[in-house]
Amino acid sequence: MSAATRVRWAVVGVTSVALVATGCGSSGGGGAGGSTNASATFSYQSSEPQNPLQPSNANETGGGRILQNLFKGLVDYDPSNGQLRNQVAKSIDTSDSQTFNVTLNSGWTFHDGTPVTAQSFVDAWNFGANVKNNQINSSWFSDIDGYADVHPNQGTPVGATMKGLTVQDDTHFTIKLAGKVSYFPYKLGYIAFSPLPQGFFKDPDGYGQKPVGNGPYQFVSWDHNSQVVTKTFANYQGVDKPKNGGIVFKMYTTAEAAYADLQSNNLDVMDQVPPSALATYKSDLGDRAIDSPQGAIQNIGFTLYQPEWSNPNTAKVRQGLSMAIDRDTITKTVLQGSRSPASAWTAEGVAGYKAGTCGQYCTFNPTMAKQLIQQGGGVPGNSLKITYNADGGHKEWVDAVCNNIRQNTGVDCVGDPKTDFKTARAAITGHTINGAFRTGWVQDYPLNANFLADVYRTGAASNDFGYSSPQFDQLATQADQAASIADTEAGYQKAEAVLAQDFPAIPLWYYRTNSGYSTKVQNVAFDSFGNPNWTQVGVKS
Amino acid sequence: MGRFVARRLLQMIPVFLGTTTLIFFMVRVLPGDPVAAMWGDKAPDPAQVAAFKHRMGLDKSMIQQYVDYMANLFTGNFGQTMAGRKVIDVIGEALPVTVRLALLAFAIELVLGVAIGLIAGLKRGKSVDKGTLLFTLLLISIPVPVLGFIFQNIFATNLGWVTPTVQDSMNLGQLLLPAVVLGSLSLAYVARLTRTSIVENVKSDYMRTAVAKGLPKRKVIGTHLLRNSMIPVITFLGTDLGALMGGAIVTEGIFNVKGVGNALYHAINLKEGATVSGFVVVLVLVFLAASLIVDLLYAVLDPRIRYA
Repeated sequence: MSAATRVRWAVVGVTSVALVATGCGSSGGGGAGGSTNASATFSYQSSEPQNPLQPSNANETGGGRILQNLFKGLVDYDPSNGQLRNQVAKSIDTSDSQTFNVTLNSGWTFHDGTPVTAQSFVDAWNFGANVKNNQINSSWFSDIDGYADVHPNQGTPVGATMKGLTVQDDTHFTIKLAGKVSYFPYKLGYIAFSPLPQGFFKDPDGYGQKPVGNGPYQFVSWDHNSQVVTKTFANYQGVDKPKNGGIVFKMYTTAEAAYADLQSNNLDVMDQVPPSALATYKSDLGDRAIDSPQGAIQNIGFTLYQPEWSNPNTAKVRQGLSMAIDRDTITKTVLQGSRSPASAWTAEGVAGYKAGTCGQYCTFNPTMAKQLIQQGGGVPGNSLKITYNADGGHKEWVDAVCNNIRQNTGVDCVGDPKTDFKTARAAITGHTINGAFRTGWVQDYPLNANFLADVYRTGAASNDFGYSSPQFDQLATQADQAASIADTEAGYQKAEAVLAQDFPAIPLWYYRTNSGYSTKVQNVAFDSFGNPNWTQVGVKS
Repeated sequence: MGRFVARRLLQMIPVFLGTTTLIFFMVRVLPGDPVAAMWGDKAPDPAQVAAFKHRMGLDKSMIQQYVDYMANLFTGNFGQTMAGRKVIDVIGEALPVTVRLALLAFAIELVLGVAIGLIAGLKRGKSVDKGTLLFTLLLISIPVPVLGFIFQNIFATNLGWVTPTVQDSMNLGQLLLPAVVLGSLSLAYVARLTRTSIVENVKSDYMRTAVAKGLPKRKVIGTHLLRNSMIPVITFLGTDLGALMGGAIVTEGIFNVKGVGNALYHAINLKEGATVSGFVVVLVLVFLAASLIVDLLYAVLDPRIRYA
């Protein structure tokens, strides 16, 4: 409860600062908000994109955050509150949560001057879904009717278009889904659903090196491993017109180097301060330090597919283990305030988030922890291994959690580090471990359904637990068929309550953005994706 | 001389083949699936993983991959990165940066190291000599990352003479600070080696002869003493050039230099076999060339050494 209140406070605080800053800017006053130069660029800490810059081919932050500035889809999320807002779309209507009628705003053009039409979207989605084009985000289109035609599990596609997409005219098209997904418009804010200009399809590789989009910024140059330069697109039609002249994405290998540059004004906005600076960055940067919530959660998952953990009664053991963890102390000390304790399986700040779903089981209580573990029949062999990847900075907190468990319950808990992320993932998805493993979820879109349906549904792509609850599945399906997004959120809250009984995973804490900016920029705030409000950043003149 | 060089060049072939083979297999037996890891925490699409592996040739047997790789190598084709870029392009971007950085560091350690060692050797036992010993001991005992952060703090954050990180990796002026950090450890070794060598040779017969002949001091030191004392130093410098090229990962990270170390680090993280092997091939060539040059320099420095 208190966590949620604090967050709302933080958001309100940032908004009011922003308003004050804008006010000062227009009157040319001094203070924190001086006048800004709308044609000046600012730099942002980035990493080299791992794939060509094609919207349906970027699932990592390096490429994703560049593309989201070069392209704009039907909708996006308001950085200040995470709410869905229309961009290229004038409206997206549905009466049955399965067929969506899309009406586009007119006047949008790509950076090459060609108009953005209904066809630009449909062609782009068909391209992204087609298995032949090998786009890493193609599963995003799997809700659309006819996806299996262009993306069969095996063999070659039988067609080049999905039959669920029909273009009426330049500004109208319909999306028919294979089943009901009431919150589908939320997915449309993802970068994979961006439109593409006609030229792209003739030369996808060339456009992947020199992308042409319809977003607030247009591509200028890509100096591999060094920087990607963009500039403001004058004919941008979105609601968030840029207040600066462009963004320079500077590639950094280490956060330490970026932080040193930030302090000396050689970098304007950074991604995350390095762990070594967490203790000091607020005093280093003063009011230029940023601490805001992110739509991401860290969990400890269990191998429910192993016989030792498949008995429903073992849920008590997992609840007990969860209660043995002192989240408040670990987030404050070991993690230095870079996380906030979790009380649900959905991250705070996303639509449909309800604090306290986990209830007493996420509250530190060693006495009850022991009782529950005993009632559940004890931890198999009285020992627990938590598998994690050693290259992600997880060792410290895994050790702390294990210390908690060992001291408070007597269970012999040890961390089981795997060399790197790939190796840990191979062990987890290959089901070669038995016990617990580090897992987590970063929002694809700020809605609770994303944290639940994609992770805990039977057979869901990221259900690494082997968790299968008919009750959860049924509630999730009901929520998917709800008439409105508000009903979907409420439906998924019911499904989330099932997790508190079955406890397939222990929610630990929510991520936070710990960042900052140079003295050359102002009005910097971060959204729940951990991205700054790009277009609203002001460069001081 | 010609026969010696030819023999050395021939010897390089097995060394070159051995190292590339080792690296090729070592990278590929690393655990984890690099293709599946591209999907992060999410479940990868099996159809796409298969297509991707096919495109990268990862679906063939390891022996077949090796044969293909070696065959391509001799036609100058280093393969592709996961992102679909040519490895040769990645090398082409990183190598010039690292060559600059390494040569700059090399020049610093050569000039300063030999000068310091020479002065200390000539003033043996004096306070200059003792100061040198202390100074070099300090350099040797401070780890490179610590030195990097100290220099970054002093010269960039506090004094503001330079930017904390390198803004343009091709700019020699900006590379100076990382080069000093990179070369500092070797500088200490060069200084100590030179000093020891000078101290030994200063008492030798040919030195007494040269002084007795009445040669000017500059000539005695320059032509006779220094030249004869350089052999151990040159041996060290030759191997060090290779180390400077490949071992700058930490320094490049601190100063955000987009060089070989940086690129290698990324490639190893992503388990990009082709990129790692490509860089190692280039580094092996650099090492071999440097050691050949060192051997040839022996003959130039010491007329007693002659290669048949």
